[in-house]
Amino acid sequence: MSRKILFIALFFLSTSFIVAQQINIKYQRFQLKNGLDVVLHEDHSVPVVSVNVWYHVGSGMEKPGHTGFAHLFEHIMFEGSAHVPQGKFSEWLESTGADNNGSTTTYRTTYWENVPSNALELALFLEADRMGHLLDVMTPARVDQQRDVVKNERRQSYENEPYGMASITIDENLYPPDHPFHWPTIGSMEDLTAASYQDVVDFFNMYYRPNNASLVIAGDIDPVKAKELVIKWFNDIPAGKPLPPLSGPPAYLTESKKLVMEDNVELPRLYMNWLTPATFCPGDAELDIVANILAGGKNSRLYKRLVYDMQIAQDVAAEEASSPLVSTFGIAATARAGHTLAEIEKVIWEEINKLKTEPPTDREVGRAVNEFEASFLDRIELVGGFDGKADLLNNYLLLTGNPDYFNEDLSRYKALSPEDIQTAAQTYLKENANVVLSIVPHGKQELAVPVKGK
Amino acid sequence: MIMKTKFLRKFNMNIISFRNILLAILSIALFISTQAQQKDSVVVPKLGPPPSMKLPQIQRFTLSNGLQVSLMEKHDVPLVQVELVVWGGSVNDPENKSGLAGLTAAMLEEGAGDRNALELADAIDFLGANISPFVGHHTAGVIMHTPLSKLDPALSLFADIVLRPTFPSDELERNRKERLTELMQSHDDPGAIASVIFDRTLYGTHHPYGIPGMGNEQSLRSMTADDLKNFYRTYFHPNNGFIVVTGDVTLKEIQPRLEALFGNWKKQDVELPKLPAAQQIQERKIYVVDKPEAAQSIIRIGRIGVSRSTDDYFPLLVMNTILGGSFTSRLNHNLREVHGYAYGAGSIFDFRPTPGPFIAAADVQTNVTDKALSEFIKELEGIVQPVSDDELTRAKNYLALQYPQNFQSVAQLDAQLSDLNVFGLPDDYFNTYVQKILAVTKDDVQRVAKKYIDPEKVAIIIVGDRKQIESGITALNLAPVQFLTIDEVLGLAPDIEKK
Repeated sequence: MSRKILFIALFFLSTSFIVAQQINIKYQRFQLKNGLDVVLHEDHSVPVVSVNVWYHVGSGMEKPGHTGFAHLFEHIMFEGSAHVPQGKFSEWLESTGADNNGSTTTYRTTYWENVPSNALELALFLEADRMGHLLDVMTPARVDQQRDVVKNERRQSYENEPYGMASITIDENLYPPDHPFHWPTIGSMEDLTAASYQDVVDFFNMYYRPNNASLVIAGDIDPVKAKELVIKWFNDIPAGKPLPPLSGPPAYLTESKKLVMEDNVELPRLYMNWLTPATFCPGDAELDIVANILAGGKNSRLYKRLVYDMQIAQDVAAEEASSPLVSTFGIAATARAGHTLAEIEKVIWEEINKLKTEPPTDREVGRAVNEFEASFLDRIELVGGFDGKADLLNNYLLLTGNPDYFNEDLSRYKALSPEDIQTAAQTYLKENANVVLSIVPHGKQELAVPVKGK
Repeated sequence: MIMKTKFLRKFNMNIISFRNILLAILSIALFISTQAQQKDSVVVPKLGPPPSMKLPQIQRFTLSNGLQVSLMEKHDVPLVQVELVVWGGSVNDPENKSGLAGLTAAMLEEGAGDRNALELADAIDFLGANISPFVGHHTAGVIMHTPLSKLDPALSLFADIVLRPTFPSDELERNRKERLTELMQSHDDPGAIASVIFDRTLYGTHHPYGIPGMGNEQSLRSMTADDLKNFYRTYFHPNNGFIVVTGDVTLKEIQPRLEALFGNWKKQDVELPKLPAAQQIQERKIYVVDKPEAAQSIIRIGRIGVSRSTDDYFPLLVMNTILGGSFTSRLNHNLREVHGYAYGAGSIFDFRPTPGPFIAAADVQTNVTDKALSEFIKELEGIVQPVSDDELTRAKNYLALQYPQNFQSVAQLDAQLSDLNVFGLPDDYFNTYVQKILAVTKDDVQRVAKKYIDPEKVAIIIVGDRKQIESGITALNLAPVQFLTIDEVLGLAPDIEKK
């Protein structure tokens, strides 16, 4: 019996390795005369199609005084267009068994519909109608109504959320006031109040043009038919003016900025952030691995010391938040009762310095790289939704020019040596160029990392 | 490209979405009525018939010790998921030991076989696999997710965690401290506070559904390694659960592996205690928990629903989709789209083996708390009237035609197949779902709305800034209003340093 099992196991492993090594996402790409970039990808595993539109505009293109507008605009895109009465966008989609959603970041705004494959044309029609004819029926009342919804989104996700205001404060201090990442994507309440109907018109005409967008259709499609439908619905939408890519003044820090905020929380939390290389640039993948070595799993260095051995922290996390122009590397840890953030900060610096002095072990790097490699398989299971295949194809297309960048992305990690990781820590995690935010319970300033001169 | 942890999502919030899935709810030939105003000769596309889907067959086999295994194959991505489920969740916590099931499950990965907690985590992480224990109201278990190329080493670690946990005492102390700190942190979180008082109001303190599965300071402090071992020995037996396998393996490949790893696991009689009957809410009650300076009020309204085995299951799904189960549902349309009171609003029947709660929910702007409450009541009253043809068709299509989307990933297949086993559904369940949804009539919807939604007999929980919302809520005269502090709901925050 046992011999038989062994045989099966060997056979099994030898066939499957090959499959796991290479991820190829086959696609067709074409461009319409109005500049719309289109990618088609077939996957017939379930009778579902994902239509995924990216507009290459986000809060980074906003001007001071108009913060939050790109995201408010995203909401308005669901409020009807020339041939889609208000409310019908979602009603028609739900009637076919479809889901839909949208999201906004600093550099892009995305929309998707996951539809049963018979409803592909409906999804394309809805996207084309709002790309071509949103303003035909836009009214100040529709803007007002979504303004209130977005303000409640800000209340729910930031103001009423424990530690929810941290990211806003960190970004304000990482980037200079005229940098596109200085202000939050959700915007300020004042600016949301001030956003006008005319802003909607101007924003649409400037950014919501086919030459500033890309469309991915992934799933159960006949590519020939899908291409015909794209041409039918999108071909006549006029192009807008060419737009420069997202840009901003250089972001750099010349000191360690120490900040303290009070919140309605029981325990203090420390946030440490650095400016790091833009997504897919040298250093970016290295810092993903640094984050994993510091705080990914029980054996990671910070988890092991702060949470497991010393038990002075409740949790610790680290991440390279990759982004065009410039990324940020962040570490966050919540202190246990009876401990200060200064104690936590001291241990974090000890571990960062250790990584700078000595390369990590092969085991640590191998563990991190294996986790990234496995995560690529998870990414290609779902065709649609946030982070589904259609979303990833659009992401790679915008950031690298190649929608099927899966293997190139993965090889970044597989090529790294322990010395590369050490070099990245030395180069980017500087002691005198970071933002250190302490969030402490009301009246407990003594728990914070001390601010110089106080 | 980055894998984000749940924790990090909280501090890096620059990706924000249109829609808040407040309550995740969530698969012929029906044509939709898309009568748009037609301009410029644009005609809204007509749809062809919906696609049909052939789901992978459910395959079943039994190991030599009687352990039942069900399998759904899916070969497009080289991943495998294996889940072990036993009957033994937080409803099985002994008196004064609430949180025992949860702590026992958590401790499974803190040392097993000849590996300690760190060695175990290192071995799992190095494979790029994920092996995590879980606990629910009625079940506990372990889920393994692995690249196919690492199946054998991952399975061997999975078997250690399920069969040979060691419950080391230093790890117990560490986990205890972590949980006590979580209890402390729940004082920050208005949603967590609302959920504790909501469950207690519906089920009381003598029914397990009314007691937080997390435990309390006293119960957590009292737990010993022997308590955990006893709980494990009582419920973790091959005849008291099942295994689900999904992904890129065949029956021929997985059966001998599971037999080798689990076939010698000894059977033992297991006695599952019966739950006490819960008494339905008899009159409307309002509890306001004061959270000074809160930017929003958390509203939770509900009553005891019905068990998963009810014949009303499909009518209830359709009725709830119309009331609060989709974006265009009445609650979301009213509170978000018409009034702008909230980022999202919705409702759900939490189906369990015995009647779980019905919950309607939204987080609303503080200064409209009373108005939002009135709209909630209006919608709960309105749903007992006949629904429109449009709403009925839309809700049925939404549920029926979306169904294939639940079968895309190995994790989704596992969740579906595991539910099928937990609730004892027949093997043709997936393939008859669509027709059962489509068979629901307008009369069915009204009948179940009348039967299960009674706005006169609901508990209303509000967590918000009392001084701003009290007068408005009282003036509505919906019911007597009782005011509570956070400490009255959760108890004092534990003093962690205390030994």
